[in-house]
Amino acid sequence: MTVQSWTYLLVGATFALYIYIALRSRAGSTNEFYVAGGGVPPLANGMATAADWMSAASFLSMAGIISFTGYDGSVYLLGWTGGYVLLALLLAPYLRRFGKFTVPDFIGDRYYSRTARLVAVIAALFVSFTYVAGQMRGVGVVFSRFLEVPVNTGVIIGMAIVFLYAVLGGMKGITYTQVAQYCVLITAFLVPAIFLSIVSTGDVIPQLGFGGDAVGTGTSLLAKLDGLHAELGFDAYTSGSKSTLDVFCITMALMVGTAGLPHVIVRFYTVPRVRDARVSAFWALLFIAILYTAAPAVAAFSRTNLIESVEGAPYRAAAAREGETPLPEWFKNWEDTDLIAWVDKNADGRVQYRPGPAFEALPGQAKVMPIFTQAPGDPLGRGEHGERLLQNSPTANENELYVDRDIMVLAAPEIAALPNWVIALVAAGGLAAALSTAAGLLLVVSSAVSHDLLKRGFARNLSERGELIAARSAAAVAVVVAGILGIHPPGFVAQVVAFAFGLAASSFFPAIVLGIFWKRTNRAGAVLGMIAGLGFTISYIVYFKFLGGTKDQLWFGISPEGIGALGVLVNTAVTVGVTLLTPAPPAEVTELVESIRAPRRDTGAPAS
Amino acid sequence: MSDHPTEEERDRAACSRHWQRSLRLIAVLLSIWFTASFGCGILLRETLDQFTLPGTGFPLGFWFAQQGAIVIFVGLIGVYVLLASRIDAELDAERESIHGPGGSR
Repeated sequence: MTVQSWTYLLVGATFALYIYIALRSRAGSTNEFYVAGGGVPPLANGMATAADWMSAASFLSMAGIISFTGYDGSVYLLGWTGGYVLLALLLAPYLRRFGKFTVPDFIGDRYYSRTARLVAVIAALFVSFTYVAGQMRGVGVVFSRFLEVPVNTGVIIGMAIVFLYAVLGGMKGITYTQVAQYCVLITAFLVPAIFLSIVSTGDVIPQLGFGGDAVGTGTSLLAKLDGLHAELGFDAYTSGSKSTLDVFCITMALMVGTAGLPHVIVRFYTVPRVRDARVSAFWALLFIAILYTAAPAVAAFSRTNLIESVEGAPYRAAAAREGETPLPEWFKNWEDTDLIAWVDKNADGRVQYRPGPAFEALPGQAKVMPIFTQAPGDPLGRGEHGERLLQNSPTANENELYVDRDIMVLAAPEIAALPNWVIALVAAGGLAAALSTAAGLLLVVSSAVSHDLLKRGFARNLSERGELIAARSAAAVAVVVAGILGIHPPGFVAQVVAFAFGLAASSFFPAIVLGIFWKRTNRAGAVLGMIAGLGFTISYIVYFKFLGGTKDQLWFGISPEGIGALGVLVNTAVTVGVTLLTPAPPAEVTELVESIRAPRRDTGAPAS
Repeated sequence: MSDHPTEEERDRAACSRHWQRSLRLIAVLLSIWFTASFGCGILLRETLDQFTLPGTGFPLGFWFAQQGAIVIFVGLIGVYVLLASRIDAELDAERESIHGPGGSR
């Protein structure tokens, strides 16, 4: 069977499964729509949280980014797992004891204010939309590669699928679909990882192979990779090139942001008891860690493979001299999908891979991306050796190769010469990752609108039925907006996502943590703190990403992805300062805080 | 609902001890969290990279950043689940002695 028929088969089968589950677990009430009736077992919730959590960025881009940045890529590994420790220790059990449905619910009640709730709703919408745009893009990339449709058509197909089960099933449908999606995505990630590990190091377990010896040598894989990097003039793989402060800030922003993301927090409202919230945080991180410890291994294996198979290889097989291996077939396949490009600067017909961009961005391009002169099938667009010709003008450096980061995972099975069904499995896994995250986010958007804005805000006498209809309509509108953002994305999939973290970190996290751990925190402090943190973080990101801020203007060299770490401090400082200058919160709020700190004797754990 | 203010007060005191124990647990676990990730994986990375994780090819600091810290995180939440339940059970026991059997939740 060809790759394409396998892909249709596996993607079709998994989609049918998701839709079947969604239909079986339709939400009948708002309680089921928002928090699955609060009756999800911790193990299932852990799995669903993991799938919700691991996005297109984790699945497709993360290993690729680590592959190209080495040690610097650790920010994602640490940031996207370490946040769960904060979540489990500081937030999950207390928010579960609080009960209710959403993060703005907590902010609104704790800070006895519709303004605070409104600020929280706006922040939730902002964060979720930033994040979901990346997911939709990821869906588009997978569709375009494996089902050979344009990226934008892929985005639209993805929108239709998510629409179907997020709108029908609500949190109940999403949760059980996500359990299935976790199983698909983890299998899809591990199968190629295991094969790559065997090929590269002879070790079956990728996490062990990562630290093992390269096949047929006495040196470790990482030492060999550092050696290859040194030969070609790259920074050492195991030390990277970012400053320590920047790595520190980005990691902090991602960790705190993880713990502040509304679609993650809300998962801990779905379990029956407080203890279950802690246990499901444990399962969630364990399931996430399985992928997150395999990803850096895949990154190192793919990097070694890439350098060894392309460096110095002649493009045209017939041009290969004795003892030379021509470029592998996958190179040309991916060149045809615009994700690889080669400019033969020294006219020797061989790929020369060095640091630096191989060519300039075209005028009006935000980042360097290859724009080819003709479609792949057109012989006019082919150069002397058969390579595709570029409109971009070459740079003065020696590097001749452009490789899109996302393909390190997408192409891994081909690079390791795995059977066709594995390639199809990766496609199904990538889609599972993107769809599960998108669905979870859209649910937050819809509950923010129907529950927080309408029922608890502007339309208080909305009936249960009316609220459910509003929730479904809001989900529908959100899918369309997300799709539009996916068609016009502001940057790389993982980068778009990275901004959402800075925003979540600088808005919710301090407001929630202070609300639980410092009784004195009052309304004025929390509202101004959230506005200050969010405003500060957005300004920095917008200035450097969209208004042409230059690298030497960065504060202490902190990149926009890491500014959320300072945003947290700004938020906390403003909250504490303003709180101390304004009156203490009313007695019933102090009561509320005490009731979420310890199980109350007379009522047991409330709302459970 | 209790009508005895002394019981109420003793209950509050028990809750406050429960909260202090929880805070201590959180503080200890978070300092391990910080040391493993920001400490060993980032701030001390260059120093630790002079050593190799025994039996593997990992430079030590690099290992903390790309594998070790993640494993430690999972362990931390596991320990937290066990100890937080124990702290909750202690509160239940104290309450039982204050309010008599069945008086707790």
